[in-house]
Amino acid sequence: MKKREKIDGKVFLLIITILLFLVMYAAGLIIFKSKGFAKPQVFLNLFISNAGLIVIAAGMTMVMITGGIDISVGSIVALTCMMLAWMMEIKGMGAVPALVIVLIMGIVFGLVQGFLIAYLKIQPFIVTLAGMFFARGMTAIISQEMISIKNEMFLKWAKSKINLTFLGGTVNKKGVVNYSFIYPSVIIALIVLIGIFVLLKFTKFGRTIYAVGGNEQSALMMGLNVRRTKLLVYVINGFLCSLGGFLFALNTCAGFVEQAKGFEMEAIASAVIGGTLLTGGVGNVFGSLFGVLIKGTIETFITFQGTLSSWWTKITIAALLAFFIILQSLFAKAKEKH
Amino acid sequence: MKKRVLSFLTAAVMTTAMILSGCSGSQTAATTAAPAATETKAETTEAAKTEAATTTAAPAEKKEIVVGFSQVGAESDWRTANTESMKSTFTEANGYKLIFDDAQQKQENQLKAVRNFIQQDVDYIVIAPVTETGWDTVLQEAKDAGIPVIIVDRMINVSDDSLYTAWVGSNFLQEGYDAVAWLDDYLKKNNKADSDINIVTLQGTIGSSAQIGRTNGVEEKMKDHPKWKMLERQTGEFTQAKGQEVMESFLKTYKDINVVIAENDNMAFGAIDAIKAAGKTCGPKGDIIIISFDAVSAAFDSMIAGDMNVSVECNPLHGPRVAEIIQKLEKGEKVDKIAYVKEGVFPADTAAAEKPKRQY
Repeated sequence: MKKREKIDGKVFLLIITILLFLVMYAAGLIIFKSKGFAKPQVFLNLFISNAGLIVIAAGMTMVMITGGIDISVGSIVALTCMMLAWMMEIKGMGAVPALVIVLIMGIVFGLVQGFLIAYLKIQPFIVTLAGMFFARGMTAIISQEMISIKNEMFLKWAKSKINLTFLGGTVNKKGVVNYSFIYPSVIIALIVLIGIFVLLKFTKFGRTIYAVGGNEQSALMMGLNVRRTKLLVYVINGFLCSLGGFLFALNTCAGFVEQAKGFEMEAIASAVIGGTLLTGGVGNVFGSLFGVLIKGTIETFITFQGTLSSWWTKITIAALLAFFIILQSLFAKAKEKH
Repeated sequence: MKKRVLSFLTAAVMTTAMILSGCSGSQTAATTAAPAATETKAETTEAAKTEAATTTAAPAEKKEIVVGFSQVGAESDWRTANTESMKSTFTEANGYKLIFDDAQQKQENQLKAVRNFIQQDVDYIVIAPVTETGWDTVLQEAKDAGIPVIIVDRMINVSDDSLYTAWVGSNFLQEGYDAVAWLDDYLKKNNKADSDINIVTLQGTIGSSAQIGRTNGVEEKMKDHPKWKMLERQTGEFTQAKGQEVMESFLKTYKDINVVIAENDNMAFGAIDAIKAAGKTCGPKGDIIIISFDAVSAAFDSMIAGDMNVSVECNPLHGPRVAEIIQKLEKGEKVDKIAYVKEGVFPADTAAAEKPKRQY
């Protein structure tokens, strides 16, 4: 009991998230033992399918720590995919220049939204709501039809499997040996995650972000540049959105208006499940990673189960969200008492 | 060992409890259960490996064919009929085990489902794709694992055709031709062949094969009819609500619409509601001709009620055709890359007679 008292609320929320993931995964191992849930690839697929979301949830966590929110991320992902597809397929551009342009687009998007939020003090929700409509609209303006990406270099990036032979192979019914594998997108996502983690925990800028989110007034009085910090956070987030969009495009190889609808909500849910407070000041990108993994595990459960409606994913996420929000408010109350 | 199993079970029960109730009191249980859980994780991996090895050693014992089916969603009656056809074909009684996944209209969900099918070591993967593109990587993974993929309904667009074994579905372009041919006949019968005809189209979800095929089919054949004019095309996303909304705006913009082409029945129902609400009439005895696609059961009801003129069939009963292909593949026979299902045109005057014969 003594030990637990030493752990503060933030760490405790994170531990709960990680434990929940481990328990869920372990439960999957028991329930779907005969169906091959124990294959390392099932775990790796969580990263392969969610590489884009991991990056975007990291950006969202950062924004939420400042006490803000960004609901334009899903639309920016769609716009990024569409711009990539359009530039490479219709305009015949190379994959590298196309990538550079979309990354710049993300930064500019973040810059504009960040300026409106930090300097003109407009509600982040309203600014990014406008951003959401704008980006989705622009996507449709570029093309209403789906554009398939066939650029050779892009497909090479998308398709280059990295076999993890050290994890061992499994032989399937057809007698084919399958090695575990990941795609380069997974590596990019993990690098981003570690980068943001280091930025938040070990730099002055990172500590300023927490200070701004914790209490904007006292941050101001401490002489911290609140406005610039906020602006930079939205700029970095904009960059991460377009990078996440690029990873998303590597997975789907297409640009389409309807893509990544509701992505922003998945990112917010992952961050909240990972222990980020909507009120700001508290959050951890690794928590958000586990938030994403929990969502992925629930989805995997449902496909392995095979007869349940996939809408149960949403219902389970809703229950988890409620659980974590109640937990958070309990911690907030406990904090007040001290 | 017993203890471990026990703690494991507690862990499982706790998870369900946590998921279902979302209660905050479970923290202690979770803390104690988790170390045991992680320990056993390694163990089960080992166990699963040996088990996998034994099952591969004796494949002849199990005749059950496992089929993973990733469905678009449940957006229309047609889709539901399609799902039902699969479910009723791939039953345990027929020697199959079906793993069904609803993608909720999202391609990224389908990619996840297909990846999970591969890990579950299914014998065949059947996909009703949400989109035509973006299948290269995941189908390559299926190919690497040696699992044949059968595409149903919408066609896919991949760089390498060998990524899928066969495609089963409708000839959407032909459906478009059929619709124009019917309209031509109908106008001639009603002595309107020489009058100007104003048409509006409620398109399906932009980019889907059905939308592309039907739009192009109609457009191509309309070139033979200079008196016909396409006023506007707009998407109703295959839903009744959106169909109604778009039709309402069409009725406000254009005063002289003669024909509505709805690229599925659900949008046609929405359009009919919008027309009635605007105080106009439609159907064989009305002012506006309603041409629809799919010919689901409710469309026959609508035709019998005198609201709809014709529905061009889009046969959703893909199950038997897919099963036919799987049986051939099981025997090691070659299969055709493209397999169309049979389809017809059902005008209102035959609706009452046809309705009892319909399966969906």
